[in-house]
Amino acid sequence: MPHTSSARKHGGDQSEGSGSVLKSQRAKMGGIANDSEKKGSSKRLKDVEISVPIVYGTVSFWLGKRASEYNSHKWTVYVRGTTNEDLGVVIRRAVFQLHTSFNNPTRVVDSPPFELSESGWGEFEIAITLYFHSDVCDKQLDLYHHLKLYPEDDSGPQSTKKPVVVESYDEIVFSEPSESFFARVQNHPAVIVPRLPATFNLPPPAPIDNVNEKKKGDTKDHTLSQWFMTFSEADELLKLAAARQQVQAYIVKLRRQMSLIDGQPQQSLPTSGH
Amino acid sequence: MDAKDILGLPKTSFPAPQEKKSRPQKDSQRKPDGISREVYALTGGLAPIMPAIDVSHLKKRTQSEKGKVTWQWLPFTSSARKDNLQLYHWVRVVNGVPPTGDYSFAKYNKSVDIIKYTDEEYEKYLTDPMWTKEETDQLFDLCERFDLRFIVIADRFPSSRTVEELKNRYYSVSRAIIVARAPSPADVAGHPLVKEPYNVSQEVERKRALSMVLSQTKQQERKDAEVLAEAKRITESRMLAKGAEEAELRAASGVAPESTERVTTAAESVSPSSNNQQQSGVVATTATADASSTPASLRMLRVYLRTTVLEQMVQAASSSAGLRTIKRVDQFLQDLGVNIKPKVPTKAVCAEHLELRKEILTLLNLQKQLQYKEAESSSHRDSSYAEAASTPKRLHRGGDQDRSFIPSSINFGGERVGKREHKRKVPGRFSDVPPSPPQSSKRPRKLKASD
Repeated sequence: MPHTSSARKHGGDQSEGSGSVLKSQRAKMGGIANDSEKKGSSKRLKDVEISVPIVYGTVSFWLGKRASEYNSHKWTVYVRGTTNEDLGVVIRRAVFQLHTSFNNPTRVVDSPPFELSESGWGEFEIAITLYFHSDVCDKQLDLYHHLKLYPEDDSGPQSTKKPVVVESYDEIVFSEPSESFFARVQNHPAVIVPRLPATFNLPPPAPIDNVNEKKKGDTKDHTLSQWFMTFSEADELLKLAAARQQVQAYIVKLRRQMSLIDGQPQQSLPTSGH
Repeated sequence: MDAKDILGLPKTSFPAPQEKKSRPQKDSQRKPDGISREVYALTGGLAPIMPAIDVSHLKKRTQSEKGKVTWQWLPFTSSARKDNLQLYHWVRVVNGVPPTGDYSFAKYNKSVDIIKYTDEEYEKYLTDPMWTKEETDQLFDLCERFDLRFIVIADRFPSSRTVEELKNRYYSVSRAIIVARAPSPADVAGHPLVKEPYNVSQEVERKRALSMVLSQTKQQERKDAEVLAEAKRITESRMLAKGAEEAELRAASGVAPESTERVTTAAESVSPSSNNQQQSGVVATTATADASSTPASLRMLRVYLRTTVLEQMVQAASSSAGLRTIKRVDQFLQDLGVNIKPKVPTKAVCAEHLELRKEILTLLNLQKQLQYKEAESSSHRDSSYAEAASTPKRLHRGGDQDRSFIPSSINFGGERVGKREHKRKVPGRFSDVPPSPPQSSKRPRKLKASD
């Protein structure tokens, strides 16, 4: 992967440190003297992208006997890592925007695991806004998820034991990440980091320890983890590959037929078939 | 009212007490006895009893109250002319008295007050390395003659100068003179020329930007709109994040107007409506960062969902195809057992998905081409019937097969086509006999004699 960060690495140490330093550096850049230097202080890696696979969705339980007209289901909306790793390295805060009929419909979650539990009776669209750490990205990202309370097949009574689970897989892609971000997460299990050819002097990642001191942010032992869906890309890849093969064979056949037709009216011998 | 005035008619109409007169007439005009009134009317009958139109309203040429009005062809002069030219025109004369006063349009002959400077003033205040006194004098003369119509002046100016240069010279000279002649600076501070001096570079840039906008192609318009929307979003999010710092920046930016102009003239530029230099900085950098696999607008985002990318790229890939084709692609995908939107959109999966879509598009295009070709060749075939000698061996033409491309019944009967190729190579004659197709073709075809 080509990148020209080696020239900038000497400045790398300066940009490390608190996010406020970074901010003040940016603030001091007055005037557009030099377009390319604009990103200088944050030292971005060109042509590199870091992707964070996430799963977001809802799990909803019927309350059974305890259900009332306005409170029939208990549900949880969450954003988790695909393999249940801690997303706190990347995400600083998640804001769940609920239906206006809820008290304080804007719910802010500042630490992982990023989830929210509520109870209610209606299905609506939940807007999830993810805010990232300052060295990751300034912009927020919006996700939308429709809360589903009732199972697809209306058959039979609902069970309080089996929830209705709807999850969506997606990947957050950070293009041109900053060096500091890259260094921080390069060995983290939640993040997919491409291999750089010669890992130039990136500061080594902070050791992922102090688990006892920090609250656990991953969802590995989550109460709901038994309901989490698994997403395997191998399956999909296989299907896609098979489909492509079929289509390609088809194309070959068609091309052959076309050349035949071309061959006749012009009295010219068809060129050797495909 | 004017029309009546011209004709000399009274403005109000008279009441017409004429009914009494017409009554005696009526008596002598009774219908003959013996036939009914209506029957007599059929034959033409009597004239109407009462006059339908009040005669007094017509053709009344009474004396106008004002007096006798005539129109005369008289000479006139205009104060707007300096040469005492006498022209003639129609004049409304009342009672023999022609109208007085100047030619009524003379009042529109306005002109601009051009400042006139003396030679001393020129020496003192107005010398300029780029302009000779002669040129300046010529310029001012032209300005006077053409009332500051700079386009015209630029055309007639002996040496070639741009409109902006001429304007610049004229306005700076006028300004200098005004300031020099003023008893004190305060007096003229309100004069528009003093308050807002002409800014050449700004004008040049402005006109350039305008002409660029005018000559944009539709594509560029769309791209610009896209980039503009992105920039707006970026601005807004940055505004939210850094309120205080921006206030600082704005105080320090005397640079802002220039930077504004520079960015507008950048190739894929965005109009920096805000003074946020960071925003314009980001946009400028991303304008230079191009040629990547992800679309430029997404790269500017820095963070995005992979599904969004995929959607955009799918749209881009199928942008040339119509809505129906897109639906057919989706249908094809479904028939193949592939999700229209991948359930596990990892990088690899998305790439494969996109490739698959592209290949399906190619396939559909090929199908269409094939159909066209067959249509052509079949009409070709029909026209060549007169000369056709039957060659029994030349049977199945590959092209007749498989007109119905139903994906679910993928028919790999192409092998037969391959074999036929050999046979056709041997005799090189054109005369062909269309065979009966092995499968029923969907398109209606003319009957072939040899079937």
